[in-house]
Amino acid sequence: MKVVLKVWRQEGPEAPGQLQRIDADEITPDMSFLEMLDVVNERLTLSGQRPIAFDHDCREGICGSCGVVINGVPHGPRPGTTTCQLHMRQFRDGQTIVIEPFRAKPFPVLRDLIVDRSALDRIIAAGGFVGARAGSAPDGNAIPVAKDKADAAMDAAACIGCGACVAACPNASAMLFVGAKISHLGLLPQGQPERWSRAESMVATMDKEGFGHCTAVTECAAVCPKGIPMDVIGRMNRDRIGAIFLVARRTWEADNS
Amino acid sequence: MAMELKSNVPPGPIATAWSRHQFEMKLVNPANKRKFNVIVVGSGLAGASAAASLAELGYDVRCYCYQDSPRRAHSIAAQGGINAAKNYQNDGDSVFRLFYDTVKGGDFRAREHNVYRLAELSAAIIDQCAAQGVPFAREYNGFLANRSFGGAQVSRTFYARGQTGQQLLLGAYQALERQIAAGKVTMYPRTEMLDLVVVDGRARGIVTRDLVSGKLESHAADAVVLATGGYGNVFFLSTNAKGCNVTATWRAHKHGAGFANPCFTQIHPTCIPVSGDHQSKLTLMSESLRNDGRVWVPGKAGDNRKPADIPEAERDYYLERRYPAFGNLVPRDVASRAAKAVCDDGHGVGPGGRGVYLDFADAIERMGEVAIRERYGNLFEMYERITDENPYRVPMRIYPAVHYTMGGLWVDYNLMSTIPGLFVAGEANFSDHGANRLGASALMQGLADGYFVIPYTVGNYLGASRLAKVDKGGPEFKKVEAEVGERIKRLVGNKGKRTALSFHRELGKLLWDNCGMARNQAGLSAARDRIPQLREEFWSQVIVPGAGAELNQALEYAGRVADFMEFGELMCRDALERRESCGCHFREEFQTADGEARRNDEEFAHVAVWEYLGQDKDELLHKESLSFETAHLAQRSYK
Repeated sequence: MKVVLKVWRQEGPEAPGQLQRIDADEITPDMSFLEMLDVVNERLTLSGQRPIAFDHDCREGICGSCGVVINGVPHGPRPGTTTCQLHMRQFRDGQTIVIEPFRAKPFPVLRDLIVDRSALDRIIAAGGFVGARAGSAPDGNAIPVAKDKADAAMDAAACIGCGACVAACPNASAMLFVGAKISHLGLLPQGQPERWSRAESMVATMDKEGFGHCTAVTECAAVCPKGIPMDVIGRMNRDRIGAIFLVARRTWEADNS
Repeated sequence: MAMELKSNVPPGPIATAWSRHQFEMKLVNPANKRKFNVIVVGSGLAGASAAASLAELGYDVRCYCYQDSPRRAHSIAAQGGINAAKNYQNDGDSVFRLFYDTVKGGDFRAREHNVYRLAELSAAIIDQCAAQGVPFAREYNGFLANRSFGGAQVSRTFYARGQTGQQLLLGAYQALERQIAAGKVTMYPRTEMLDLVVVDGRARGIVTRDLVSGKLESHAADAVVLATGGYGNVFFLSTNAKGCNVTATWRAHKHGAGFANPCFTQIHPTCIPVSGDHQSKLTLMSESLRNDGRVWVPGKAGDNRKPADIPEAERDYYLERRYPAFGNLVPRDVASRAAKAVCDDGHGVGPGGRGVYLDFADAIERMGEVAIRERYGNLFEMYERITDENPYRVPMRIYPAVHYTMGGLWVDYNLMSTIPGLFVAGEANFSDHGANRLGASALMQGLADGYFVIPYTVGNYLGASRLAKVDKGGPEFKKVEAEVGERIKRLVGNKGKRTALSFHRELGKLLWDNCGMARNQAGLSAARDRIPQLREEFWSQVIVPGAGAELNQALEYAGRVADFMEFGELMCRDALERRESCGCHFREEFQTADGEARRNDEEFAHVAVWEYLGQDKDELLHKESLSFETAHLAQRSYK
């Protein structure tokens, strides 16, 4: 099959970018989307042009490295599928495919389709953990976890940190990502001692990094390759409000003791 | 200086060796820990857990990864689970049994003391991960669930759906991020180690390339930990992530670190077969599928009827036929070779005849589709996404693929290489799996090394050594940095006409055909002789677009392929030298009458350790002989 690519090309964060038309012939339907880009890059290289820069690694939908906007949709047309797991059989012969980077203010473009998503790491560093030092743990069965809680925590923990939710949101909100981590840890007994400070600190860092607020457009959940549900945002807000009340109570207690 | 292979295994009974060793190791005064700095290269299970744990102790840590975030290392892709000798099921498991199974599964080519320690530490890993909030599968009573995995006769595998590696890695990554926030770890993402710096015979730093700016930089430290994974991508097609490479360990090898058992590469039996020349990687289907799926091929060679049209009597369930006791659950190496054998005989299915069926029809009939969906739903979906076939209706097609490498840099009991101050953890070292790794043991080893071994042994080294100050502007660093720069200049300055990808593919095919599931003298010799020519062609004909001082993925890739070109030759040499069949290493000349591996304990119960002597010189082979005093040598039989 043959497809017409319109690919975002941009030298660096400060350079202007533009869409470049590339005609990709002799593509087969069983190629993955990234294998199609590999083929295009081989041809560009042999003809003396600069290949298209894009992030990728595991190519089995779990590392979260890859991700581009395909015809306006982060990770492309197939629900529940990362860019690397998308196959060319999802496209028509002769179709035009517009490929752009994940766009958001906190995700500056480094080159072509590669963006800097380190803001997501800084949000995790702000509190997305249980502070259990190596060596300090009780026996694994010392703290039973109800199966429904463990299953719900796993649902939220499935997030791969790709950033598609941010790219899909008109406000560039990272609340699905943040809510997923707050839910994963907040649902488990192990996550309780730091639950309120975690929510407060992660949300504050999210705001500081320049991510927008949630206005319940729900595009984030629609494009999430791992099916993280909107509920996690509700849970994040509950924990955040819980944190505010906790701070208020502590202040009141300090003032009145 | 001749290479010395001192295993530093503690004398005395094996069961108390590690605790005695822990007591005897030097401690570093808490106030002094922050004065020592440690470099950790790689942020997978071993690297992230080591970096976080060292930082928790108070050391000043720097951690490097080529990915954009430490959360993305390829440990994340492990599906099945992690073993631990908890005996929560009361089914007869123990530290000794896990130790014994691992030594036997590795076909008696691992060092007993390391394996014993691994089994001993396995329980603490589960405790640690549960405390971190890893959402392990649970029973309805709230306790941890287990399953049996990869042919083990006890249920000792802990799991988090089909994403155990992801969840364990995120636990280690979150511990690491906590230390980054605390200022105890400085993280360098999108940074690739391109060489090691040795000063006065000790590892004292690394040279890196910033993958965004292209800038080369030297980093000095008191100790260096390599946790850079395996070399499976030397075969081009493997289940590894595209970025996995041998560069860090190979560069260390060229500075004097012995490379152990490079020919030991695990071929995983259940992967999705190759569909065409454009293929960039292979996808693993968890081994757990073999618990319920039945493996078969058409009984008649060249039979290309649809699977549903082939009657039961004309199907060959070859694993059940050849191995009645273990059936579809034989170890990975045995299952892989059996698949190759039936395809070689013309019974293979699918494009190119390189595939066998993994059929769930019986299991669906017995338990219902709902039960199967509950167990394997995500795997079936993944299969369908890639192949466009529905495994609930037609059998899966699978074929073996390169998955894990048991070989790696040689380390002693302290996980230190033959270069003092250079430690190696996880898949990057050779230590615990012998000639074949059992399922659900890789995660266990990575985390045992990182959480519980490295923090002690690195401390012991730092406490026991009087290390002079080194300056990253010193002559040793300048020299290595210049060499790295020179190499990059040579790659981007080359005006060739073949891409690095096409060279990599050729090298991979050569190794897959000659140093893959079955090997022989003629094939290995031919590959060993062909690789130096291919390497020469690479350096004269490769085209690398762009410049060194910019974001240049083609350059990153070409550098990795260049190192694979050197490493592949050593693999063949090692495979030639090991004139026996053991575990993953099947030499056609050494098999029993019924086609099983024939091990030779008299001559080959050793670790083969290779010393680099210089460009265009043959590597020198050293041997660490292995003794089996606790787990006695026995023939593996799965019949």
